[in-house]
Amino acid sequence: MNKNPEYPKKKFLSAQIDLSKFAPATEEEKRQQDVMSESVTFFKDGMRRLFKNPLAVISIVLLSIVILTIIIAPMIVPYGYEEMLSVNGRRDKGAKNLAPFEYSEAEQKFIEEGGERFPHIFGTDEQCRDYFIRVVYGTRISLVVGIFASLIVLIIGMLIGSISGYFGGKVDLIIMRIVDIIYSLPDMLIIILLSVVLNEAIKFKPGTILADLGSNMISIFIVFGCLYWVSMARLIRGQILSIKENEYILAARSIGAKPGRIIRTHILPNCLSVIIISTALQVPSAIFTESYLSFIGLGVKAPMPSLGSLANAARSGLQSYPHKLIFPAIVICLIVLSLNLLGDGLRDAFDPKLKK
Amino acid sequence: MLVSKTLLEVKNLKQYFPVKSGFKTIPLKAVDDVSFTINEGETLGLVGESGCGKTTVGRTLLHLYEPTAGEIIFDGEKVTKKNINRMRKKMQMVFQDPYSSLDPRMTVEDIIGEPLDVHKLYSNRKERREKVLELMNYVGLNSEHATRYAHEFSGGQRQRIGIARALAVDPKFIVCDEPVSALDVSIQAQVINMFEDLQAKLGVAYLFIAHDLLVVHHISKRIAVMYLGKIVEIADSDDLNANPLHPYTQSLLSAIPIPDPNITRSRKRIVLEGDVPSPLNMPTGCAFRTRCPYATEQCAKECPTLTDRGNGHMVACFNK
Repeated sequence: MNKNPEYPKKKFLSAQIDLSKFAPATEEEKRQQDVMSESVTFFKDGMRRLFKNPLAVISIVLLSIVILTIIIAPMIVPYGYEEMLSVNGRRDKGAKNLAPFEYSEAEQKFIEEGGERFPHIFGTDEQCRDYFIRVVYGTRISLVVGIFASLIVLIIGMLIGSISGYFGGKVDLIIMRIVDIIYSLPDMLIIILLSVVLNEAIKFKPGTILADLGSNMISIFIVFGCLYWVSMARLIRGQILSIKENEYILAARSIGAKPGRIIRTHILPNCLSVIIISTALQVPSAIFTESYLSFIGLGVKAPMPSLGSLANAARSGLQSYPHKLIFPAIVICLIVLSLNLLGDGLRDAFDPKLKK
Repeated sequence: MLVSKTLLEVKNLKQYFPVKSGFKTIPLKAVDDVSFTINEGETLGLVGESGCGKTTVGRTLLHLYEPTAGEIIFDGEKVTKKNINRMRKKMQMVFQDPYSSLDPRMTVEDIIGEPLDVHKLYSNRKERREKVLELMNYVGLNSEHATRYAHEFSGGQRQRIGIARALAVDPKFIVCDEPVSALDVSIQAQVINMFEDLQAKLGVAYLFIAHDLLVVHHISKRIAVMYLGKIVEIADSDDLNANPLHPYTQSLLSAIPIPDPNITRSRKRIVLEGDVPSPLNMPTGCAFRTRCPYATEQCAKECPTLTDRGNGHMVACFNK
């Protein structure tokens, strides 16, 4: 115990202070006080906590599987989403409403003769199209709609919210009243009306992506752009109102920084976590909207599939072919569930108040 | 002694904030008719109790609030909304709270380098880094701290970062808004000594706002005492300490604890009656008259102005 022999050892039961406790620290002991851990940024710290959350990790894995599938599957599966099956160049009329992994008579003959045929993993639909590839394309559409709609919401909401929050006063008052008005509009009604109007008003050049998507999709984007930014704008405005009270904003102003710079470099990075989370939660809600619009027939234009329109088409033959409803429904559930769980995980990981 | 050049002149500065009460809007007179000057390389201390408008004076000087009335003349040029961005290269500010005045998402290098970015004071990344390291060296921070975040530092170190940020543009004048009041006493001494060293080295002038008279006396050449938005006394710091004229200054000075029991027992503590009046509902005439032991009828009718009692000792009081 007594490392420095020059200090007398304390006697047992003696009231004398143990002098060895006051010995100067050796170089080795001093080094123990050094901060060895690396400087951790807020983002890295949040990510580390996100990966400790099992639900969040599961949802990340699920999402990656779904995304990998919709990227890779069209390269492997030799069928197109609008292609009716054919064998040796002749239309295969018997390949209607096949069960998963079932072959039609013509195909079986073809295989017996020594041909190779890719299995219909989810079976086929009533127009002899491979159902798996249709579900894959439907998922593509739904995810793209979800992500784009959330991005539109994010950009508009962030811009208007930060202007309203930072400048305050009359600007804030006017913007917030506009937000109140938009809040009071029934969004479903507007989507339906807009899609009817846009159908007439906009004629897209055939063959372009916009024409493939159809005017209904475009109207969903427009409605998301026009209506759904309000909650994002309110959220960001609230964040900015609290952040701008901090002295570092005043310090930035005293340096001579312009409002745009202050918002970009000081305010937005400090409410980034809230923005990421609400965008992650916005994606499933957009997918939902797209799905039920497609379900009531206002979604993407045929023959382009989306998960909602696939479910709608499956409704008529529900008793005979329930799997045709189950597959798109499962995919919608998986995407929405995992995005919601991921959003929750992000919120828990980035909220400093929930930090243990 | 050489008479140095006047650097900053404040004339009849007023700062009113509109306060809504019901349907009416009442002006809150945070700063009411304040005038003073600061010479080059000099420190003016500004003391007063909480809520008397010290911080508002400091912030208005930098146009962080648009002044309601009055003139601020800096280096022979009137400070206006138009030229304020150029002026902010010469005037800077150190803030009170070292915890909230540094952006938690920025590294020290970026915090100190921000004024350089804003005023474009470097030509490449390397030059910026060199300047930042030089500034960190000035305020006694190690170069290895540059990549760290503000929350990894202690209060004193954070305040040093704030000071380095203020020094980045090589200012002639710094408003120090209670820079030591959030720090421990031992750290206060370090930071104050650093302020003095920097002044000797760089020749900056300070407006040193504080409510601790001892600190202000230590660092300032002259001291201004504020009460309810008005300056009631300005004098050389030794003169003010030895011979306070305004009754408010007298009571402030009598409240300073002296670490000598014999003196403390023998001296009389002047305890003021009552509370500070609300700045929304100011007394007529002299603002201090409601608590002043010498108040007369004249005090209720007229407002005393700062008058010179010799040797640059200015007091706003009729009776002293």
